[in-house]
Order: sequence, then structure tokens, then C-alpha cells
Amino acid sequence: METLIVNALLTFMVVAVVVLARTRNLFAVIVLSGIYSFLMATAMVALDAVDVGMTEAAVGAGISTVLLLGALHLCKSEEAKPAHRPWLPLAVTAATGLVLVYGTWDLPAFSDPEAPIHKHVAPRYLQDGPRETGVPNVVTAVLASYRGYDTLGETTVVFTAGAGIIALLRRRRRKEEKEGQ
Amino acid sequence: MKGDLILRVMAKLLIPFILLFALYVQFHGDFGPGGGFQAGVILAAAMVFYAVIFGLDNARRALPDWLVETMVAAGVLLYLMVGFAGLFLGGNFLDYFVLDSDPVSGQHRGIFWVEAGVAITVSGVMLKIFYMFAGRGTEEE
Repeated sequence: METLIVNALLTFMVVAVVVLARTRNLFAVIVLSGIYSFLMATAMVALDAVDVGMTEAAVGAGISTVLLLGALHLCKSEEAKPAHRPWLPLAVTAATGLVLVYGTWDLPAFSDPEAPIHKHVAPRYLQDGPRETGVPNVVTAVLASYRGYDTLGETTVVFTAGAGIIALLRRRRRKEEKEGQ
Repeated sequence: MKGDLILRVMAKLLIPFILLFALYVQFHGDFGPGGGFQAGVILAAAMVFYAVIFGLDNARRALPDWLVETMVAAGVLLYLMVGFAGLFLGGNFLDYFVLDSDPVSGQHRGIFWVEAGVAITVSGVMLKIFYMFAGRGTEEE
């Protein structure tokens, strides 16, 4: 049943991407990318990664859709006709995709308990995590405690992104105010 | 969308529950799925929803720019302070065991503040980016 749901969601995602690539109306493209993100979030929930599902639904489908709509407000709503034929980019993309699919053949099967990733530090976290941190959710224990450095780095990356956006967009506004005076 | 009665009423109904869900995800992250990042983006999404329905000016009045900009930096600083608290109390950087006399409740305390820092920075950055993007078109006109 779970496999069926995930496969149905993945099929819908393929349909969404094909329609997205063929649509010229940018508003429809933004709505379709929001739909794609929602399907991805649902697939994540079906795969028991509720954390990732929540993030994808809020950021991918929610905030980034609104940001893209805000960008659309500043430009034309029809995509310009491409200046050249798409055959070379299509061939490059298809070749990269085929190489990636070829690479997945060497990966261990999905949720295989013998996979190397489940043999390294994961058993220690699962065994000692609840006793050492007192937190039943191992994901939280790993993120905030065992891998606290990594999460600090991630938070700093988010902070840097915000600082960069502020530096880029605010400077422009001040300049315009000066020009207006 | 300011004149649309159905959207306004539905937004008023939904936004308190979205905010409540964000707090639930934040404080229940020790036991269920979720944590600081998820809570932060849900919080920001609720504010973005409010801004889309009721207008950017109202959202800026509810959560002013200076507060959002403070949040962007305050979260990372809070995280770093937890790290340095571990140093000053005789442990390593980001060592939660020394934050309390009992190591396990020290871990609880450390994880709580670290997650709070992540949520503050993430929601601040998301909202700031949204304010910046959404404010562009209106200022130039």
C-alpha cells in the first residue's frame, strides 16, 4: 500500500514536471512548482520523514511560491521564446540523468538494515541516545546534541543568507532614495 | 485580496492554529517529529499568509522590520551563547552535560535553547526575505 501511494505520488510529480516544462505562462509555472512541492512533501510523509515533509510544505510549497509570485509581479507573465533549439541542453540533461540512475544501482536497497549508513554511528545513537540525552526523538537528539556543531553551521548558513539578502536589496533602495532627492 | 470576505474570515480562523502548531512543533520536538527549523518556517509561513491576505503594511505593523532583523541575528547569538555557557561551566564548546547538575536535564536545557535559537533565526530570515521581496514592487511605483 505504501509503495503504491509513493509510486502514485512520484507519477503525479513526473506529470507536474512535464507540464511545467511545456507551459509558457509563468503564473501557471509557479502554481505547478507549488503543486510539485506539495506532492514531494506528501511523499516525504509517506516515507516516514515527517520533519522533511513539514519543511518542504512550508518552504517549498508555501514561502518560495509566494516569493516567486512576488518576483512575477516585477516582470512579464509570459516566458520569452527561447533563442535556440533545446536539443543540446536536453541531451546534456538526459545524459546526466542516465548517469545518476546508473549510480543508484550501486546504492543499497531502500531501508536495507545492512546498509553501511546503518552500521556506523547510528546504532550507538539509537542505543545510548535516550539514556544520555533523555530525549525520546533520536532525530532531535542527533541534530541538537550529538551534531550540535553541524546545526550551528546550518543556522549560520541561514543567517548568512538573510544577511546577504539584506545587503543586496537594501543598498539598492537607499540609492534610489538618494537619486530621488 | 483585501476585499475578499471569505479569504479574510478563513485566514483569521486558520492563522491562530498555524501559530499554535508552530509552537507545538517547537516544544514537542523532543518527543515527536519537528524542531527548531520546522517551527521557524511554519511561523514564518503563518506571517506570510497574513501578509498575503491582509497586506504587507499590516504584517509590518504586527511584526516590525527592526524586530525581524533582530531575530535574524539573535537566534545565532543564542545558539553561540549556549556553546560558550558550556565552555564557562567547565565543559567543551556546545557541551550540554555541564549546564545542570544532572547531565540528562543539562542535555534537555541545552537542546531547548539551541532549538529556540534555530527557530528564531530561521523565522527571522524567512520573514526578512519575504518583506524584502514583497516590498520591491510597491516602493518603485
